[in-house]
Amino acid sequence: MLSSDSIIGYIHSVETLGALDGPGLRYVLFLQGCPLRCRFCHNPDTWATDCGKPTTVEEQLTNILRYQNYLSGGLTISGGEPLRQAEFTLALTRAAHEKGIHVAIDTSGVFATGIALEAAMEADLLLLDIKAFSDSKAKDLTGFTTENARRILAEREAAHKPVWIRHVMVPNITIMEKDDMGSDIASKEAFTTVNHELLDGLAWLATYACVERIDLLPFHKMGEYKYEESGISYSLKNTPEPREESVEWAESLLKTIMENRGH
Amino acid sequence: MFIPGKWNEDIHVRDFINRNYTPYDGDESFLAPPTEATKALWQDVLNLRKQESEAGGVLDIDDKTISTIISHKPGYIDQDKEQIVGLQTDAPLKRAIMPFGGIRMVRTSLEAYDHKLDPEVEHVFQYRKTHNEGVFDAYTPEMQRVRHAGLITGLPDAYGRGRIIGDYRRLPLYGTAFLIACKRKAKDSFIPEVLDAEAIQSREEISEQVKALNELTKMAASYGFDISRAARNFREAVQWLYFGYLGSVKEQNGAAMSLGRTSTFLDIYAEEDLKAGTITESEVQEIVDHFIMKLRMVRFLRTPAYDELFSGDPTWITESIGGIGVDGRHMVTKMSYRFLHTLTNLGPAPEPNLTILWSPKLPVNFKKYCTKVSIETSSIQYENDDLMREKFGDDYAIACCVSAMRVGKQMQFFGARANLAKALLYSINGGKDEKSGDQVGPVREPITSEYLNYDEVMARYDETLQWLSKLYINTLNVIHYMHDKYCYERLEMALHDEKIVRTMACGIAGLSVVADSLSAIKYAKVRPIRNEQGLAVDFEIEGEFPQYGNDNPKVDKIAAEIVRKFMKELSKHRCYRGAKPTQSILTITSNVVYGKKTGSTPDGRKLGEPLAPGANPMHGRDHNGAIASMRSVANLQYDYSEDGISYTFSILPATLGKEKEEQETNLTTLLDGYFTDGGHHINVNVIQRKILLDAMSHPENYPQLTIRVSGYAVHFVQLTHEQQLEVVRRTVHAKL
Repeated sequence: MLSSDSIIGYIHSVETLGALDGPGLRYVLFLQGCPLRCRFCHNPDTWATDCGKPTTVEEQLTNILRYQNYLSGGLTISGGEPLRQAEFTLALTRAAHEKGIHVAIDTSGVFATGIALEAAMEADLLLLDIKAFSDSKAKDLTGFTTENARRILAEREAAHKPVWIRHVMVPNITIMEKDDMGSDIASKEAFTTVNHELLDGLAWLATYACVERIDLLPFHKMGEYKYEESGISYSLKNTPEPREESVEWAESLLKTIMENRGH
Repeated sequence: MFIPGKWNEDIHVRDFINRNYTPYDGDESFLAPPTEATKALWQDVLNLRKQESEAGGVLDIDDKTISTIISHKPGYIDQDKEQIVGLQTDAPLKRAIMPFGGIRMVRTSLEAYDHKLDPEVEHVFQYRKTHNEGVFDAYTPEMQRVRHAGLITGLPDAYGRGRIIGDYRRLPLYGTAFLIACKRKAKDSFIPEVLDAEAIQSREEISEQVKALNELTKMAASYGFDISRAARNFREAVQWLYFGYLGSVKEQNGAAMSLGRTSTFLDIYAEEDLKAGTITESEVQEIVDHFIMKLRMVRFLRTPAYDELFSGDPTWITESIGGIGVDGRHMVTKMSYRFLHTLTNLGPAPEPNLTILWSPKLPVNFKKYCTKVSIETSSIQYENDDLMREKFGDDYAIACCVSAMRVGKQMQFFGARANLAKALLYSINGGKDEKSGDQVGPVREPITSEYLNYDEVMARYDETLQWLSKLYINTLNVIHYMHDKYCYERLEMALHDEKIVRTMACGIAGLSVVADSLSAIKYAKVRPIRNEQGLAVDFEIEGEFPQYGNDNPKVDKIAAEIVRKFMKELSKHRCYRGAKPTQSILTITSNVVYGKKTGSTPDGRKLGEPLAPGANPMHGRDHNGAIASMRSVANLQYDYSEDGISYTFSILPATLGKEKEEQETNLTTLLDGYFTDGGHHINVNVIQRKILLDAMSHPENYPQLTIRVSGYAVHFVQLTHEQQLEVVRRTVHAKL
């Protein structure tokens, strides 16, 4: 392996006040480039792999240490897809560990071998995005199945290392809001029936002891302007944000699942 | 009873507090909800406020009576329900006229609200000179030019200067009889060998102070209270203290009429009564709620032009809460909680301006409670107790937004602010105003090069700041000489020691524009676009440059250097009454108006666009998240800006964390970090952008929606449309 100071990482941006990507306040480093083409992605400007601002492990570490007074959480390496720059991500994670900094990696788990897997296992916390609960749907939504993500999850389980799952609720793709007749679902019972795939998926995730938390994130369109800016067509233009009731129902069903786990 | 000490011999409030207060480490679970009487009274006030707003912002004016401590008969909301009594006039929300600052201002204000100045009052002021007239009699032509151009603005030359905090705690602790006796004794000590102007002035002032205390005693008697003696229980303590404050706001329409640091003092009385079993927690809270309610009803008559500058009818009744004592004990008491709890019992409100003196060493429970209330109400500001204690001890309070002073021992001469962004343009344009083309500053060669050269611009800027600082201090000398002469704060100063520290509180606006402009000139290429007159009226920037607000030392150093440089210049000049010059980085809401008066600047900001408020980075230029911004601000040195460095922070609740509990913990961490880094002040708004937008369209649904802007809080719906838009644009710390 290369020594850490010769590894160049390419970054998209930095968020010094990260309160949503792992516990506590965190320095969130967004790496540039992602192979997935999630139709709901709100940061399509992080997709391209031929750009980004070059940086080194040392530079980032120095920067992170400037914020020590604030970082009750630690560092989150996100993207783009951080495991696409696996060497950099691994080296930065190790360097941060040497300084006693907690590291979370926020990934779709699309890379699950070699250094990428090593990095995913090195993180104190893995934020794993499960995009959909069927391979066909995942492929349609992102271009990839979740096979590798499941593999990483199994590895973390075997090593007893914590994972937080994130799953985006996209109306009528990952969360159903209409019944067979095409009208809006009006009750929690009907919602439960129509969303069996989601609920089975969540129940399956709950069987993993390493899954500490599952966050259901409502799809939002605040990133739409970025598609317009970069001339990428936006296939979810006509998809609404999920209804408040749907979000509530999904949250409450998830709560029940998590409370009734066997371990 | 109370533990005796030095405070029994002499006026020594701090000694009384230190010996007698009970630090409280517990949580908020002891707090009591509003009583039925409180709810009914507050409903009355809300109804009055609604009528006031429907009447165009002013409910009623007494245009016949020159307001003094004893000018009006007692006024009540609903006497039977009021635990704490006293209004500025004989009816709630009725405004008074206070013409000693300036009769013209009163006339304009009255006309704006379809009133006319009473002929008898007009008559009086044919013979009685005001502060405003005195100032303009002494101003030099250059001072008038600079003021007119807006290079130095917001000067208290036509209205009361404010920012003086009477030590209102002295009234309950001693009663007026003792205070008057002390003043008389002090007057006798002012008989030096040569009775010069200074000594004569002091003797006259002390006489005025004694008269004010006598009038205050009379005013209290009209409400049925004898304040010549000390207060004997909690309710009296609050009432006595409030009478002191009330007397001040009956006589002075000051720009900021702050309250001081009263909660921990008052807690001592409440603890005594609770221990004796003569009062219940609910009764204590009721008294506090009624006191705060009264503070929320303080009104001044002001002109529309003033409102444009300082929007939302602010009075800056700042109350400082918390902090750590010099002996290491924290100063949080149950009363600190009760004061904050009024935001829950009576709902959010801009006044009083509740200010937490924060230290990472404050008890964890209290910190959590503060952040909880912040998230719910956006009505609190925070200031760095560790920084201020070093300079001001542990019995200081904040006047206005960010000005610390030792209570009863120190005052300031409020000096508004100089627009340093405009000063930069003067440096480029040879002292000519970029908007009018007039020669305002001394004649100098303008810069004529195609691209601006950093060293050349800096050399010119140095010259401009030298000239400006001298002119600025001299202008303030004129203003405060005349204010002492024609509009002296008799009562507030009666609640001070006789030997006091005075500061000349200058200020700067446009810091981030100057820092970014100089950074652009240094790190990119800036080409001025000149009009036919040769004035640089716009700028083209080629290339990128580091921008203030990203924790980038290259530009943050420039910002810090400007602050240091201007302070050093100010310090060279002699101030009226031996005052020590200080400065603040604070604009309140005036950044919008100052922006209007400032041409395009070399950082890419266009003519008329708002400056950033206080020490904030320019909108949309902070790309690395809020903590990077905070670090840029914290990098400015308090030592060179002892009158305060204001930073306004707005964040969406969801950006602070998913669960409420997480949001509270994260906000606490954020404050600890910022203050450990040396940040001085922070306003915290935790607010949904969509709520702001809805409030713009449906103001009637949001009468109590409160937000913080640069050092004080306002009702959002009372801001001008432009200021509302500016606030919405600044709700930026949202992560997608």
